Amino acid sequence: MSILDKETEEHSAAASQSLLLQRGANESNSLQTKSKIDLFTGAELVLESLKALGVKHIFGYPGGSVLDIYDALLGQEDIEHILVRHEQAATHMADGYSRSSDEVGVVLVTSGPGATNCVTGIATAYMDSIPMVILSGQVATHLIGDDAFQETDMLGCSRPIVKHSYSCRDVESIPAVIAKAFHLARSGRPGPVVVDLPKDKLATQRIYPFCMPEEIKIRSYSPTIKGHTRQIKKAAEALAVARRPVIFAGGGVILANASSQLEQLTECLDAPVVNSLMGLGSIPGEHPNFVGMLGLHGTFEANKSMANADVILALGARFDDRVTNSTNKFCPQATIIHVDIDPTSISKNIKAHIPVVGSIDVVIPQLLNALKKSSFSTDPDDRKDWWQQIKSWRDRQCLAYEKNGDNIKSQQVIESIYRVTNGDAYITSDVGQHQMFTALYFPFKRPKQWINSGGLGTMGFGLPAAMGVKLARPESDVVCISGDGSIQMNIQELSTCLQYGLPIKVVILNNRNLGMVKQIQDINYDGRHASVYMESLPDFVKLAEAYGHIGMRVTCPQKLEQALEEAFAHKNKLVLIDVEVEEHEHVFPMQKKLGAIDDMWLAKGVDR
Amino acid sequence: MNEQTILSILLENEPGALSRIVGLFSQRAFNIESLTVAPTDDKSLSRITIVTSGDHQIIEQITKQVNKLVDVLKVSELNNMAHIERELMFVKVNAKTPEARDEIKRTADIFRGQIVDSTNQLYTVQLSGKKDKLNAFIRSIRRQSDIIEIVRSGCVAIARGAQSLSV
Repeated sequence: MSILDKETEEHSAAASQSLLLQRGANESNSLQTKSKIDLFTGAELVLESLKALGVKHIFGYPGGSVLDIYDALLGQEDIEHILVRHEQAATHMADGYSRSSDEVGVVLVTSGPGATNCVTGIATAYMDSIPMVILSGQVATHLIGDDAFQETDMLGCSRPIVKHSYSCRDVESIPAVIAKAFHLARSGRPGPVVVDLPKDKLATQRIYPFCMPEEIKIRSYSPTIKGHTRQIKKAAEALAVARRPVIFAGGGVILANASSQLEQLTECLDAPVVNSLMGLGSIPGEHPNFVGMLGLHGTFEANKSMANADVILALGARFDDRVTNSTNKFCPQATIIHVDIDPTSISKNIKAHIPVVGSIDVVIPQLLNALKKSSFSTDPDDRKDWWQQIKSWRDRQCLAYEKNGDNIKSQQVIESIYRVTNGDAYITSDVGQHQMFTALYFPFKRPKQWINSGGLGTMGFGLPAAMGVKLARPESDVVCISGDGSIQMNIQELSTCLQYGLPIKVVILNNRNLGMVKQIQDINYDGRHASVYMESLPDFVKLAEAYGHIGMRVTCPQKLEQALEEAFAHKNKLVLIDVEVEEHEHVFPMQKKLGAIDDMWLAKGVDR
Repeated sequence: MNEQTILSILLENEPGALSRIVGLFSQRAFNIESLTVAPTDDKSLSRITIVTSGDHQIIEQITKQVNKLVDVLKVSELNNMAHIERELMFVKVNAKTPEARDEIKRTADIFRGQIVDSTNQLYTVQLSGKKDKLNAFIRSIRRQSDIIEIVRSGCVAIARGAQSLSV
């Protein structure tokens, strides 16, 4: 073997095994003995690794440190690169792509500002446990620490918001590092993984064989998948004697693809099911056992069911503060069974009486088996009183609202979108009142249909997320429901939509205010509105047109549904619908600050 | 009830591994009373001893969070078992007069410390033991002379008997 270049080799042992050849020599096949082995630069190794992992789309923005990867992208057709207008949007696109499919979202950005612009998107994915791999460029190894141009300690910046991170320190290890990153991102409790790629490891003068590990082994990492038999037995025994059980299903059910198992369990126990914001869609919104979303803006019946339950079976939920309200007043009568793949989620906020660590899709069948062996009876009469009670709460009709002929109500818009799309569309949202209205008034039919930033509450998430969904689900209708505030946080991506022909629908519930902030100020700050008026809103219709799309405005209730019909009839065009909605509407029900889970207002000034 | 807990952590000897541990503690507002770290006989592994405090629920959460870090192989709460703990300290004190020099030497002997450096103006005393013993030495030496400088290693600890933290 001849070493034809002048680079010094740090790892002489590895070097003796790897083939160090000049590109030209290989391409011209002058070294015939090596002609059967493909050899790659560092940048090409990155792409080969992604291909081997089945990646079809990556979302990114070029810059100095990653130009070698961009150059290598030109020579291949397996991976489509989506050029965004801002790196934050790339992360949200990858996020939406992942949430609506079973894929890992992949982001490619340059060092420095390219990487730091991803921070919000990484944090968003981290909070909602979304599998994502962020390939961030880095300045060349010899410049690290010198405050070089566009240098940032990305591993340091992202450390608190990633599942793990890697820096590639030698070129040969690129495939193994990327394979590990994917494995970590999607196994156990999923999450984002950052891979830092110094420029000198990409722009290699020499070329290396592509060597992907067949099996990923990380000795310090082995998530618990199967529930402990003794804990399962305890849980089944508690459920068997429960008189007022509630199943509390969170985003973990969706991440584990365990919806069918959840339905089985629900029907076996004949228990009511409540969802966290992230769990919506894990059970069909029209399912007779579904009593709605719980928490801050949860339904009366969901929060009441929780408050009166004797056994709560929490599946893949983490008892977020927006669910529990005051933790010291949280469901004092209930025995809490908490199933989660992440042990740290259990007893973090609410003490679990029966903790079960495991993956929901595995634990539910274990529970069903154990129930069969327990004293559990399936007599429907056992639940009669409980369901009677729940019916009385449902009869309060906490989601009823007054319509009028003059102003469009936000609730109405959501209901109309449901009707016009037959409830089948993928729905993404931003953060604020429109998000809560969507969660409450759109009965999601299936898992992964509802895509929002639940944990971090990231405004600007909806539009890029919808674009990612459209790429993953090109045959489906995709709607971004946004507000006049949120949409402006990533509106530049309308340009990306035109470039890649992404005919999503964007519905802006335009109340000329930062509605959720205003609502809180109305309720908790005596109506003193600080910095919530959007007095210089752009003309969203013209803006859509300026970006090459169709813009529509709806101002009167009578024309709402017709306008939506018309918008959705444009199958191959992006349509932005600016809906002027009632300015002063509040989202109800709403929990009272510092109260119990069921201390809530049902309407302005109306206590439960 | 707040109690001190000694955590022994075995983790990959990788760049960034320590910062993940330290970051976790500050990110989640956990206390660090002391922290020591060094590679083990297996160069691919580091061992950290952290002394932390909190009620039962917080300690449980700390243990789980540390365990969750991908680099971490093992975590053990040494308080739950018979263990040996030690801390090393150097104390630099003024020792200008013959009386002071004698007194410091006597106190060091009582605490089984050693004088490891000396000038005509000062002594440097080396002492190892549990935290309480080190504190007691500081209190008594302070009565005799002026302390110029102190450095403490933080606690290292190991379980007694056959129990061990290894891969």
